[in-house]
Amino acid sequence: MAVIITEDGIAADDWADKTVYPFDVFWSGQELPEEALAVEFPNDRKPEDLVPWLDRIEMIRVEFPSFADGRGFSLARRLRTLGYKGRLRAAGPVVSDQHRAAVRVGFDEIELPESVAARQPAEHWVIRKQGSYQQRLAS
Amino acid sequence: MYEYTDFDEAFVRERVAEFRGQVERRLDGSLTEDEFKPLRLMNGLYLQLHAYMLRIAVPYGTLNGRQMRQFAYIADRWDRGYGHFTTRQNIQFNWPKLQDVPDMLEALADVQMHAMQTSGNCIRNVTADHFSGAATDEIADPRPTAELLRQWSTDHPEFTWLGRKFKIAVTGSEHDRAVIKAHDIGLRLVQDDDGNPGYEVLVGGGLGRTPMLGKVVREFLPKEHLLPYVEAILQVYNLIGRRDNKYKARIKILVHETGIDEIRRLVESTFQENLARFNGVNQEVFDRIEASFAAPEFEPVYDVTPAVDAGLRSWIDTNVADHREPHYAIVTISLKGIGETPGDATSDQMRIMAALAEEFAHDELRISHEQNVILPHVPRRHLAEIYRRLKDAGLATANIGLVSDIIACPGMDYCALATARSIPVAQKISETFADIDRQRDIGPLKIKISGCINACGHHHVGHIGILGLDRAGVENYQITLGGDGTETASIGERAGPGFAYDEIVPAVERLIEAYLDHRSEDTETFLEVYRRMGPAPFKAALYPEAEARSNAA
Repeated sequence: MAVIITEDGIAADDWADKTVYPFDVFWSGQELPEEALAVEFPNDRKPEDLVPWLDRIEMIRVEFPSFADGRGFSLARRLRTLGYKGRLRAAGPVVSDQHRAAVRVGFDEIELPESVAARQPAEHWVIRKQGSYQQRLAS
Repeated sequence: MYEYTDFDEAFVRERVAEFRGQVERRLDGSLTEDEFKPLRLMNGLYLQLHAYMLRIAVPYGTLNGRQMRQFAYIADRWDRGYGHFTTRQNIQFNWPKLQDVPDMLEALADVQMHAMQTSGNCIRNVTADHFSGAATDEIADPRPTAELLRQWSTDHPEFTWLGRKFKIAVTGSEHDRAVIKAHDIGLRLVQDDDGNPGYEVLVGGGLGRTPMLGKVVREFLPKEHLLPYVEAILQVYNLIGRRDNKYKARIKILVHETGIDEIRRLVESTFQENLARFNGVNQEVFDRIEASFAAPEFEPVYDVTPAVDAGLRSWIDTNVADHREPHYAIVTISLKGIGETPGDATSDQMRIMAALAEEFAHDELRISHEQNVILPHVPRRHLAEIYRRLKDAGLATANIGLVSDIIACPGMDYCALATARSIPVAQKISETFADIDRQRDIGPLKIKISGCINACGHHHVGHIGILGLDRAGVENYQITLGGDGTETASIGERAGPGFAYDEIVPAVERLIEAYLDHRSEDTETFLEVYRRMGPAPFKAALYPEAEARSNAA
């Protein structure tokens, strides 16, 4: 089972029993729930395509096929810029050194495959205190 | 010069501590080598042919005497007593041990330096004109912009895991000494018709296996919009740049395949949307950065007595450029001694250069992309003494801009990627043309040598470019002609079949003989002759057998 990492530490996946719909669900004609609507986000899709439904979506699960593929960081930024307020999850074999960046671009949590989690204990995921040049330059 | 704030200081110290932890996690197995690799690269640590290599940033090429002395200390304490200055205003140490690297980084932090983002698929050390703040043709000093970009790009949460490396260069002059057209983003400081400061923005330049010149994406970008605009370019690149093939992952390929007009449209719309979240740097912060690059307090004007000594005069002719203050000069110290490794300096030489900067030249040095060291602010009255001391240290070679002032990558002597040797080729060319009078007669000539297709030696923009390849286990050197890395940039054209290791230097000699035969007057340069006559006379000189055959037919 996948492991969920948040700024508070390791947690169980509270979405494990609920459905995550494919990205194209809005064009599929199927009935969608009024609540607890979650969507898969493969990292080669456009955030703009979700704009009409951003208010309805409760969770977006952005896929990280590999820790070295950083498209998800820009996708999170874009989704937040476009006004998405719901839960944002980074799903894939990321490394603990990416946790700080994930939080800074707008992710709420990381969904980690068990095999990767086994090598990276909870203390590795504690975000090291580090200043942010980007925040400093903007304020 | 820019001095670290408490924030910079704390940031760099924390980064060293973080890397120390990463090294420990690699050693205890909680990080795989695959996972550790990008983390070490982001801290400048490569694995080379024989050992690790630590690449340290000299942001926009500017440093002071204390920092140069620290390089000497690092070279002696943890390496083999020398360092190698690169074409991207970095210094490389070729023999560090993994367990020593955190201490080396700590020693750098002690003098406000770092090795962050000198490698890896992130925004690399931002480079700038090495004559910044001293050049006679400067519109504005590009270094505050480069420092701003350095800060903004450091540990950027969105752009640290890009598809490929990303290089930005800035110039503030008409004459482009920073090769901005060969960078992922090139910035030129300009003013609009009302005199407001801003930038011309180029995108999609790069060398490597598919050389391309950058294209103008925005003719005039107001100064305050720099960061959101650059952010928009990076965001577009990060999202839609190719990741299926390492060799097609640079932004130049995206610009080429998508077209500059579509890229412009995407960047502009992203830029407009992002402005709501981030509308540019706090201008007070930028003002503070600018203030830290104020010119040194120049000496009062005096009359300069001309040099009489012939050696000194010859050195002044080639290695000394005019400064914006007429009683000052810009001195380029050649790291291209005849038969030496281009860009290498020993720890003793580093200490001598540091001392010269401290004693005579407002404590400032620069590293140029041409792998030389520069004293940007030298009162002319000190030139004779500086020359004398450089000569004693073997650093007074008067060859700047001439045939032996060669750019060469480390090649197969060090680099794991290289397919051929570059340094010995550079050394042999330099020995062949050792006579400085002969070099001066040949005039301005840029020879650039890369030991593999990745083109770290910038061969595509050399007047004569040499690319070393491996042909069935044998080194083979291709020649390109007519390249140019300045404001009149062009990519060199391949002359024809390559040459064996022992044929390449004679081939270069034949090219130069052909140039001397065809120049209309002594002042017509190699590049000018090439542009006037095209490749034909040079090809004839390179391949006399083919020429003879076609004449016989």
